[in-house]
Amino acid sequence: MEAVTGAGGHAIPATRPHAADGVHAAPGVTPAWRARLEERGLAPLARTGRRYWLWIGFLLAVIAWALHAYQAQLENGLIVTGLRDRISWGVYIASFVFFIGISHAGTLLSAILRVTRARWQMSVTRMAEFITVVALMVGALFPFIDMGRVDRILNLVQYGRWQSPLLWDIFAITTYLVGSTLYLYLPLIPDFALARDRLGPTAPAWRRATYRLAALGWRGTPAQRRLLDRAMTVMMCVIIPVAVSVHTVVSWIFSMTLRVAFNTTVFGPYFVAGAIFSGIAAIIVLMAVLRKLCHLEEFITTTQFVNLGYLMAAFTLIMGYANLNEYITHGYKMEGAFPFHFAQLMTGPFAALFWFYIVGGLVVPGFIILNPRTRTIAGITAAAVLVLVTMWLERYLIVVAGLRVPLMAYEPASYAPSWVEVSILAGALALFALLITLFAKIFPVISIWEVAEHRGPELGPETSAMHEPLRRPAIAEGSTT
Amino acid sequence: MKGLSRRGLLTRLGIGAGAVAAAGLAPIHFDAAAAPAAPSGRLRRWAMVIDLRRCDGCQSVGTPPQCTAACIQGHFAPEPMEWIQVYEAPLEGRGTQFIPTPCQQCQNPPCVNVCPVGATFSTPEGTVLIDQQRCIGCRLCMEACPYDRRFFNWGTAPIPPEAMFMDYSPEHQSPAIRGTVMKCDFCPDMARAGRLPYCAQGCPNRAIYYGDLEEDLATNGTEVVKLSRFLAENNAVRLKEELGTEPRVRFIPGHGEQVGRRPTVTGRKPTVWPWQKLVQGATSWKR
Repeated sequence: MEAVTGAGGHAIPATRPHAADGVHAAPGVTPAWRARLEERGLAPLARTGRRYWLWIGFLLAVIAWALHAYQAQLENGLIVTGLRDRISWGVYIASFVFFIGISHAGTLLSAILRVTRARWQMSVTRMAEFITVVALMVGALFPFIDMGRVDRILNLVQYGRWQSPLLWDIFAITTYLVGSTLYLYLPLIPDFALARDRLGPTAPAWRRATYRLAALGWRGTPAQRRLLDRAMTVMMCVIIPVAVSVHTVVSWIFSMTLRVAFNTTVFGPYFVAGAIFSGIAAIIVLMAVLRKLCHLEEFITTTQFVNLGYLMAAFTLIMGYANLNEYITHGYKMEGAFPFHFAQLMTGPFAALFWFYIVGGLVVPGFIILNPRTRTIAGITAAAVLVLVTMWLERYLIVVAGLRVPLMAYEPASYAPSWVEVSILAGALALFALLITLFAKIFPVISIWEVAEHRGPELGPETSAMHEPLRRPAIAEGSTT
Repeated sequence: MKGLSRRGLLTRLGIGAGAVAAAGLAPIHFDAAAAPAAPSGRLRRWAMVIDLRRCDGCQSVGTPPQCTAACIQGHFAPEPMEWIQVYEAPLEGRGTQFIPTPCQQCQNPPCVNVCPVGATFSTPEGTVLIDQQRCIGCRLCMEACPYDRRFFNWGTAPIPPEAMFMDYSPEHQSPAIRGTVMKCDFCPDMARAGRLPYCAQGCPNRAIYYGDLEEDLATNGTEVVKLSRFLAENNAVRLKEELGTEPRVRFIPGHGEQVGRRPTVTGRKPTVWPWQKLVQGATSWKR
């Protein structure tokens, strides 16, 4: 704990009290509690252990291997993948959809739940916003990895046609990335100020300079608070429709084609629901990991897990409903190539994956969460891991099984990912983890000021925190002093 | 905030976006002067009629389908591309029919709609072409095509010496470029020069008619037909009519009965790429 100096600690210059001290506080916030919160929140910024570097090294090794695989692809062309003319999208595009999907975690937690004035999620909004930004950065790489002529990327600028769903994707994802980066940054400002004021002189100069710069001169004055409050309100209202649009246009890449399995109006809402579903799972997993590693047990409790678990359970039903809609409307009529499509999914070559998705991804997680005996942090985390895995499989099934339906009188094609595709997927997962790891080193993983001002300590067993009486987001109303 | 108001900024952004969108709509790749019009003075509308009553999948000559072979040889189409592919489809009851299938040259082309860079485009004549020098290889058009008529250069296709010095044009697509999509180009350059497409030339049974909807004429090389009457009298159909893609390729239903094929005799010789055997170190891949 060399460099960290908590509020109740030692090295805070009395002449420079931190702006937020004591003025705005949620009920039950004591100086000691607040000191612990700040210490835990800022600790990763100040201390770096050996295990951290080992982990970084491991991730870098995986990424290097993926780069090696990508180089093979650049050298020889997409022939090194398992893709061919008839199933010409596979792991890359499935992963694209998956990563863009989990990016909805941040939007859900910090925008949707903020709009509904829930408070319990305050402790994990920062992590959720990490996921959003990082998942977008990683996911957006995949269409380019999948491209046959990535060297002609600028053609998209020079000759881009707004009539193409691919352009819609580029616009939507770029907007979403910019928006969610801003939305990550805004609530970080007071925490940057905190880091600036609390990180002692042992912290490297460049680091303190960075925080000083990033804090934008935040002093917590009423005018600043009003501005921040307004900016955050605007952003949360903007980001929700943008997030919905993003996954809708991702689904339109498929449903704008005449492929039997893609030709359905349910795809837009179905993809958005799937995105939020997998986003919840991603945040639960990250929450469980960072809670342990950063010792945040006091601030991230069963409340967050159970509430997110309930949301996830609700989404298993929404996903099941969407699947039912899709399969019953086509399955009842069995027009055209649907008999083939259903047979390959339910009893044919994809049956194992399909039923694993239905049972392991929708049924089992729902039961884990609804059963009080398994509704523990471990149980909910296990359910979330299941959901993440099966949601990737679901994306894979949509892409690969959808494309396998023969268009003409030919034998159905087959596809198996090659080592290049698997390596690049592993590299993308490693990059995702690496960026999260780096973010956690630079930014407080918990939104310290929001937790202190709007949430406070857990006041008893509260799984019903969603219904707690409305407390106006009071940043703008705070009295001066 | 100085200088630029919010409204002003939004207006300027809107104008900029409009300009970009308008630029994207500008016509490309088509030299109207190089496309002589039909006698009516209007542009040609190239079309194809394939008489399935005369197609036996080249069973009678005992070779791979000669339309495909001629196309491969003429375009140096890399293995495994069959820009015109002879599918063998089951008939109702017993037996099969052979369906030579080129690009359907849709007038509502799903592939053109989805292309993000305008690399695949409809010419004013209504032919759908691909500019391999612009294609970014995203393969969205391959997902969009409901006829399985698009082919990707997964690896580096061999280039024969004859193709080395060819002037590249979307109308003959040679030499092949790795990482781009190819397909039947309907040979409009040959049509303008007064020649039939390779497939029509290659067909030993003269089952493929090529012509111009504008002039209402088509020929298979030995006879000339009045297109509208030929189509109507023979109950011509289009593939997957219900999709509304409006193909320019029509089929007269049949199973080779006019050339003496019995539908229960199934199978045809597999397609080969003889030119590719002559290129050293040629790579190919499976379809």
